[in-house]
Amino acid sequence: MAAIYSLFIINKSGGLIFYKDYGSAGRMDTNDSLRVASLWHSMHAISQQLSPTVGCSGIELLEADAFDLHCFQSLTGTKFFVVCEPGTQHMEALLKVIYELYTDYVLKNPFYEMEMPIRCELFDLNLSQALQKDRVALLGR
Amino acid sequence: MIGVGKIKQYSNVLDKPLSKGKQEVSLSAFSFLFSELVQYNQTQVDNIAELERRLEDAGYSVGARVLELLCHREKGNRRETRLLGILSFVHSTVWKVLFGKVADSLEKGTEHEDEYMISEKELLVNRFISIPKDMGTFNCGAFVAGIVRGVLDSAGFPAVVTAHFVPVEGQQRPRTTILIKFAEEVLRREARLG
Repeated sequence: MAAIYSLFIINKSGGLIFYKDYGSAGRMDTNDSLRVASLWHSMHAISQQLSPTVGCSGIELLEADAFDLHCFQSLTGTKFFVVCEPGTQHMEALLKVIYELYTDYVLKNPFYEMEMPIRCELFDLNLSQALQKDRVALLGR
Repeated sequence: MIGVGKIKQYSNVLDKPLSKGKQEVSLSAFSFLFSELVQYNQTQVDNIAELERRLEDAGYSVGARVLELLCHREKGNRRETRLLGILSFVHSTVWKVLFGKVADSLEKGTEHEDEYMISEKELLVNRFISIPKDMGTFNCGAFVAGIVRGVLDSAGFPAVVTAHFVPVEGQQRPRTTILIKFAEEVLRREARLG
């Protein structure tokens, strides 16, 4: 069944501010996740330059044998990307939902410092609720 | 800070009619403004108690003004003289106007005669706020406690008002209680009035 392996949020300078993994495959420790985040940040930036199409905003989907990687970049440069099973549907919509949760529960939190790792209880709570709902919706179809 | 901001359209603000005004304000806009208020106060203080006091003071100004406005708009310039009257005014009218709904419950304290509690599952001002663990029992609802204190004080019912998180079984998020402790003179007056 379609499943999400992990979720990354990186700030505009490429630093990892949020990492959550959901599947047993592809679980990595803190250092590895930091490395993957900055790797992706650089690749995203390079792809923007290399792209043959005009006005390209960077990689949105990376398809590999064992996983798919969907990336969403906000207007401010914050990137949300999710690593999931190949062929998972509606990841774009999920990323938009996560972006909305970010703007609500992280940016409106007075105790959150910009560009710092996210340590907001409400964000975690609502994120797991959103992913639960998503899982139920996917299984229902 | 809050309450200081005049839109000058008339030469004399007293000539401007007191309209109903816009009933709804964007929640996001308010949340960002409130977040900024908290952040600004955090830079000015050294400890959490001081931060709570500042938020309460900000709310106090709001409360005093809200009482005047609501007495004119909602109650036809009549004044509450009884304890239960002013409490239900705060619990229903003030909450309705400020937060769009009446408060969840109003209770009398069991331990002390002079304590009353207004409870809310989640205060609107706290909707998007996650308190970090190292801040202990700090509650941004101190702003709302300040509003209640402002209303009660201006209405002639001096009280000490505080906001507390009360953990609830079966729910991850604690509910918020605004604890109102009236001054001695209020209870004496209430007893005299019978």
